[in-house]
This record gives sequence, structure tokens and C-alpha cells, in this order.
Amino acid sequence: MLLVRRFEERAGRAYTQALIGGYLHLNLGEEAFVVGAAAAMKPTDYLFTNYREHGFAIARGADLGRVMAELYGRADGLSKGWGGSMHMFDLEHRLMGGYGIVGGQLPLATGAALAIQYRGGSEAVVATMGDGATNIGAFHESLNIAALWNLPVVYLVDNNELGMGTSVERSSAQPDLHKRAAAYRMDSARVDGLDPEAVYQATRHALTRARAGRPFLLEVMTVRLKGHSVVDPAAYRTAEESAQALARDPLDRLARQLIVEGGASQDQLDLWERQAHDAVAQAEQFAKASPLPPVDALFDHTYATPVPNESRRLPGDPLFETPPEATCRRPNDLDEGGPAASSPYSLPQPVAA
Amino acid sequence: MTTAATTLGAGAAASEPVEPVEGPDRARSTAGATMTYREALRVTLAQELRRDPNVLLIGEEIGLFEGSYKITQGLLKEFGPKRIRDTPIAEEGFTGAAVGAAMLGLRPIVELMTINFSLLALDQIVNHAAKIYGMFGGQVSVPMVIRTPGGGGQQLGATHSQNVELYYSFVPGLKVVAPATPAEARGLLLASIRDDDPVLFLENLSLYNSKGEVDLAAPPLEIGRAAVVRPGRDLTVIAYSRMVSVALAAARHLAATEGADLEVVDLRSLRPLDRQTFVDSVRRTHAAVVLEDDWLTYGIGAEVAASIGEGAFDHLDAPVRRVAMAEVPLPYSKPLETAALPQMSDVVRAIKETLAATGFNRGGSVSHD
Repeated sequence: MLLVRRFEERAGRAYTQALIGGYLHLNLGEEAFVVGAAAAMKPTDYLFTNYREHGFAIARGADLGRVMAELYGRADGLSKGWGGSMHMFDLEHRLMGGYGIVGGQLPLATGAALAIQYRGGSEAVVATMGDGATNIGAFHESLNIAALWNLPVVYLVDNNELGMGTSVERSSAQPDLHKRAAAYRMDSARVDGLDPEAVYQATRHALTRARAGRPFLLEVMTVRLKGHSVVDPAAYRTAEESAQALARDPLDRLARQLIVEGGASQDQLDLWERQAHDAVAQAEQFAKASPLPPVDALFDHTYATPVPNESRRLPGDPLFETPPEATCRRPNDLDEGGPAASSPYSLPQPVAA
Repeated sequence: MTTAATTLGAGAAASEPVEPVEGPDRARSTAGATMTYREALRVTLAQELRRDPNVLLIGEEIGLFEGSYKITQGLLKEFGPKRIRDTPIAEEGFTGAAVGAAMLGLRPIVELMTINFSLLALDQIVNHAAKIYGMFGGQVSVPMVIRTPGGGGQQLGATHSQNVELYYSFVPGLKVVAPATPAEARGLLLASIRDDDPVLFLENLSLYNSKGEVDLAAPPLEIGRAAVVRPGRDLTVIAYSRMVSVALAAARHLAATEGADLEVVDLRSLRPLDRQTFVDSVRRTHAAVVLEDDWLTYGIGAEVAASIGEGAFDHLDAPVRRVAMAEVPLPYSKPLETAALPQMSDVVRAIKETLAATGFNRGGSVSHD
């Protein structure tokens, strides 16, 4: 959790320094959800997530430097610099993608579960989404199909109570989002997303059900400490609401818990803090040292199966490599052997100054 | 390269053509057979289902109902509900599910009842199927086929008569094929199923009952290649899907009535577009008419004409003409529908006017020799 927190803070800083482009959505405040859910998964399970996914990449075991390098748009990035913050993918750790279109990952996750069932595998799929995604058609179509076909998939709703600036109350007729599963006779539950142990247990339970062919909807109540993305000042929140959000910081809560209940010393916490700091600093060094992707690789990933006549043109390139030979003379050329002065086909002559 | 799919999937060696090893079609495969476009599709689907256990069919009414247009007739009985999977009416959901299954190495073939309904799955096709391979740096491919018929002329009205293949032909990462004959339907379907990329396979309602010779032992056709299906000297007609047969009929008619010798290019693939084949043809014939079963403005004909402009400008003896559908939502009533759709007479007129503009049959034709 600490590592995710420090990574996200460092990424946010690099973004404001314009070292990272595009959008940047951080998991700040959602670390307990991210780490608890990822810990409940087996290494062979598949994760489909949304555009707020750096934490998931880290929690699934992706190399920290490669996650940062992706943000920096470098060749060593998790998606080789093609994806950026929203589109990280790591086959080795079965991170099957962050997806930028709200809800777009849900049919994909459902289909991955279909593939597992088709082959008789014992893996399961976890699909995460924000609260806003539960209003989109793909959510409902996916839940219906998963329930109908008994697919091994867990839908995890990260309910931070805000879809960008629109609250759940203002966007969902049923604000208790886990209850939406009832429409598909799917089991569901709600869990405190500030408590990593609770998220871990609830996700494990949901995965056990899913592996038995009973897909599950788990609503995780989280908090978004800052705006929707780094550039969002969250003006739609009152000062009081923002203060309340910060007061619910799961990391502070965990630190207190570790000291009070776990008997951890401040020295131990400081050591973890230094380790996280060093790991993130190393990741940033790695990202900065990684080369930019070569421009001549621009056409490397359009198709997996090579195909004739694939377009490899750069914006200024002609469609045809060799200029066509003129075999048809223009009408005014026929008699004179050259263009007539009055020819509508002739080029305008430069006017002498 | 198929690393990702191969890592995850069992036997995803897509590009290696493997001949069918058993089944009733094998006996017939030594010789050509006359069959309909519909039968060619059905026989090929069955062959591929037998050949590769990773192939499965997903769609509305394809199993118990045996397909809205009976392409999948008998397949549920032979392959069972696991591989011939009926879905709820949820195009985005099941098309996206096919994308996800393909990412794990299955080779799903989605049937969308008509291409009109593909618009409900647009996000999954355009934002996901087409982009997953590139967007993640080539780590995982999406070996899937979306079969779907387009076409008007059946009095189905504005929402059920479209040919929106243009929307998909616009998108890098997708491949779009549009077979015009039963043999092409077989050859391109084989290629599409064995390809590691998402392929939109365009069928046409009015072609399903058309007949032709099909060689069941022929190798797959190559995606991304057009074909000169009738050689000629005087003008090139460029078409795809249903309009190829209109082009050939027009060519026969004009050969008989005007003594014109038309070349016909069948695009077969809309993406990638084989510009070289039709531009080479126009460089020989010096005139071109492009046919399409859809609206004209911004259409596939526009792309073809622009390509001719860039590749054969100095070879042209007349402006390139396009024959396309009237730009209205297609009406129900027969005379209105007929007036809006490109008919043989429209094609013949455009060709004759283009030929006239080249000086053909006026005794003053330009010599190119």
C-alpha cells in the first residue's frame, strides 16, 4: 500500500513537471482496495481493469521501473510506450489491460472467463471498475451473460462515490451498487475498501464462488483522496468534503492499526517508508534512463498476422512510391509539342517583380 | 507474430493452413462443387470447427434457431451448445466477450444478425478488438471473426438495410473482407478464421442464394489482395460484394451492345485496400467507374477514386465516376427503395458516359500505344 502511495505521488509530481503526458488517474486513497483484491488472486488468475490501474500493475507484481517507464512513454514501459497511464498490460502477471473506455473491460473479462470455462481451467477473472461504470450498458450485458453461463468472474466495483465529479447519488437510481446483481440472480456483497484485510477476505470469498461457476459482484467502498485526475482540483467537492476524504486515508488508518494492534514501532514504519521511497526513486531513474521508442517501430503492432498492402505511410508520404509515368498527353500538348500559353492546364507563370 | 496468443492458448498456430482431416466434406474435397454462397459458408464453418477445437461460434439465434439466415443450420447438432453458443440480445456484451476469449487464445466467430446491429457493438469492435494488439505493444492478439450480412433491396427499411462496412474499413487494426462469390466466401472465411487479427467478414443478404463453383480443397485466399475477375481494355469497373456481380453483368451487356471490353476488379478486402491492383488496371484502361452499395459521400468509392487520382492521374482519359446509393435513409416502399439503390441501369449509364468522355466509339479515341 505504501509503495503504491509513494509511486502515485511521484507520478503525480512528474506529471506536473510535464515529464508524463496525457491523462494521469491515480489510485490515491484506494490502496487498500487495490492491494487487498490483488492479494486474493492467484498468480494464474486474470485481471482486467480500467484506466486507474498503476496500483494494480504494481500489486500484481509488475516491475516498478517498467510501470514508471510506461508513464514516461519509454521503450521499456509495460506496454512499450504504446499505452501510457491508461493502457498498461503485462502478460507475465496476467494483467490483461487497463482500459480507457468506461465499462469497456467488462465484456472482455466476461469473455476471458468464457475461455477458461471452455477449456475446463481452474483460473478465474477479476474485472474492476469504478462506480460510474455500473450505469453503462456493457456492465448489465456482462453481468447477465456471466450469470447465464455460470462464468468464473468476479466484478469488483471501486465505489469512491464519485464518477469524475458526479456523485453516485446523482447518477445511480440504486446507489447501493451491489444490489444491482439481484437483477441477474448473482450473489453480491459490499465491503469496507479502507480495510485491506476485509477486501482480501471478501475478494477471496468471491473468487471461490466464481471458480465454482457462480460469478460475483463485490462493491468496495473506497475514498478518492484527490481529484478525478491530476489536473482536477475537485471543485465540485466542498472544503468540508475534501477534508473528510483526506481524514479517511486508509494508509494512516493502517499505520495506526499496525502500531496499536500489531505492535509495530515507529522505526519499523520509517524503514518501510525509506524502502518505498528508494524503490520509487529507482523506478524513476530506470524510466528516465530507458530509451524512447524508435520511430521506425511505428508500424510494428498494427497486425499480428502480416498482410499485403498494409498501410505504412507517414503523413506526408505519397500513396505510390514511384511517380506514375505520363502516357496521356494533355489536350493542348497534342499539336504544339508544349503547353499553350492560354492553356487552362498550364501552371501560372511567376510574375517578375 | 503470435507469441501472446500462443503462450496463453492451446495450439493457436493460426497462420499455418491445415487441411481438414476427416468429416463428410473431405470426400467431396477432391473436386469442385456447385453450391450457394450460404452453403459455402456453412461447409467452411463446419470444416474449421472440425479442424481446430479453439474455434467456436457465438451469436444470436445461431444454435437452436439455426441462424436467422440459416448459415449455421445443423451445426448445433454436430458440435453442441458449447461450441455453437446462443446469446442473449446483447451485441456489445457478446462481441466483447468474444474479444476477451480471443485474447486467451480461442478463435471465436461471432455472427451479428445484420451489420446494422454491429453499431451496438461499435465500442467493442473499434475501441477494443481493433486496438488491443497495438495499444499494448503487441503483447496479445485478438484472433476473431465477425461475420455479418449487409445489404438493402429486401424492403427492410432504413435501420435494416445498411452497409456500414465503411465504418470498420476506416480502422487500422481491423481487417475487412467482402467476398462476392461462393468460392471467395470459402477462401476468405478460411483466411479470416486462421488469421490472428480481428476480421470483419461482410456477407450480403442478396448473395446468400447465389451459386458458384467451389473447390473445397483450395487454400485460403489472401486477405489484402484484390483480383481482376474479368480482364478488359476499355475501362475498369471496381466493385466489392454484391456489386461485383452487377459489374460483371454490366460488362457482358456492354460487350454485346457497345462492343466495349470492360475490366472488372473485385476488391475482396476493404482493409487493407489493394490499391496497386486497381491502379495498375486503370493505368492500362485509362478510365474507371467505382460501384458501391452505400452512400456516396466519404464512401469506399471516394477512397478508391482518390487513390486512382494519386496513382493514375496522368493515365486517365475521363474523370472517375462513382455509382452509389442515393443519400437518404433507405425507404420501405418498393419503388422508392429501387430508386435509391444502384441498379444495373445506373451502372450501365455511368459506364457509357465515362466511355463517351474518353472518346470511345467516336472514332477519335486517344491512342496510348
